[in-house]
Amino acid sequence: MSSLITKVRLKQIEQLLEKGKRLDERGLLDTREIKIEQGLIEKAEGSARVLLGKTEVLVGVKVETGEPFTDTPNEGVQTVNAELVPLASPNFEPGPPDENSIELARVVDRGIRESKAIDTEKLCIQPGKQVFVVFIDVYVLNHDGNLIDASAMAAMAALMNTKMPNYEIKDGELKIKQGYTPLPLRSHPITVTVGKINNFLIVDPWLEEEQVMDSRITFAINDAGNICAIQKGGSGYFTPQQILEAMKIAQEKVVELRKKLNW
Amino acid sequence: MNEKPEKLIDKKGIRLDGRKADELRPLKLQVGVLSNADGSAYIEHGKNKILAAAFGPREMHPKHLVQADRMVLRCRYHMAPFSVQERKSPAPSRREVELSKVIKECLEPALFLELYPRTGVDVFIEVLQADGGTRCASITAAALAIADAGVPMRDLVVACAAGKVDDTVVLDLYDAEDKLGVADVPVAYMPNLNAITLLQMDGILTSAELEKAITMATDGCKKIYEMQKEALKTKYMVVKEVEE
Repeated sequence: MSSLITKVRLKQIEQLLEKGKRLDERGLLDTREIKIEQGLIEKAEGSARVLLGKTEVLVGVKVETGEPFTDTPNEGVQTVNAELVPLASPNFEPGPPDENSIELARVVDRGIRESKAIDTEKLCIQPGKQVFVVFIDVYVLNHDGNLIDASAMAAMAALMNTKMPNYEIKDGELKIKQGYTPLPLRSHPITVTVGKINNFLIVDPWLEEEQVMDSRITFAINDAGNICAIQKGGSGYFTPQQILEAMKIAQEKVVELRKKLNW
Repeated sequence: MNEKPEKLIDKKGIRLDGRKADELRPLKLQVGVLSNADGSAYIEHGKNKILAAAFGPREMHPKHLVQADRMVLRCRYHMAPFSVQERKSPAPSRREVELSKVIKECLEPALFLELYPRTGVDVFIEVLQADGGTRCASITAAALAIADAGVPMRDLVVACAAGKVDDTVVLDLYDAEDKLGVADVPVAYMPNLNAITLLQMDGILTSAELEKAITMATDGCKKIYEMQKEALKTKYMVVKEVEE
């Protein structure tokens, strides 16, 4: 966006924040409306679409067999990829993933991995040889801000919807049987991003706010309320006090979301 | 990788490499180590050996990246293929792309970007040997390289990690503690402004442990900050001696 418009918009947003208001009439700590739809892609083992306000993210989960990593021979593999699809924003261009989509994928991955959400030991077929690989593909369909929270939520919703093929081992060969079992999950991390505009902390920043905000900080929080991943982003800074304040906001928000989503 | 030791910290609270919980690894900082770069720095942080170079402010290429109202900072964090146990492909990995982005964003708050419109500063970081905490050591060196290039800064940026190993919150994790520990919290900090410019975490921590880790990391940063300033001064003291 041109810098002049940004400056005018920043002034407007600042003036509203001083009165405890936001451009879209939310309170500083309000999340936009959330809609989740699961299982809409029949060909994928799991899928979910999340609408966070106008931000729309589709996640498809594919489960395939592959080799384990040498340092974890008894564990299945989790991989997250994110695509900022060009139809989602005039600023997204086709091509290999840029730093923004790589960061998005890695932050979503970290929340799921560090909370040990997927019980990867149960995805081992033959130790050291064959395991299930869970491919989590994040597809951003409409960008209206806060892609991290929407993507993390869609990824978790898709995993909760994921079915694993039944199998048996015959003479060292894998045979897929009829029927499915749910993907074994141990935790349901929820991610909350807090944005900072001129020392005001806001929850769930949308596009207009993202374009003017100094920085953001994302917390992924597990079922027990512990923090399992953090990512600060943006070209600004936080004081240590602001970080602790943001952490408290995120923890409270997660309790609220957990109740709302029933996770 | 060896078998996982049962305990990473012994009963007396001493870590596998002989350090106490809140003790930094030995550090060596050097400024102005490369003659072709506008500014450069070398850091040895434990077994980490990292070179950083800064070029600019200079004309931006390619042209479409030029910003009419400010300078553009670009960072490239890269690991040498021989820097780790198993050879790393020289092509940038997704981890390196992410780290390049967060390092850029943690240095930007220190710069007066609006003073140099239409220009660019490039920072190149080469990890020659890695032993845990390379992003932090890279930031410490990169800030020195930018300062050495003569780019005005609000403050130096200094970085240090804290984390949880076994049941203890410790400072400055090395490779084994990073891999086998419970959590790792890298922090970049501008001590004069009390501003945290990078914060990441993976692992599991309670909010009290996280608070302790952040405090421990910023205290560690303050110690390294003194060494950073010393390293900058040392370069110019050497120049003076030559003139005499």
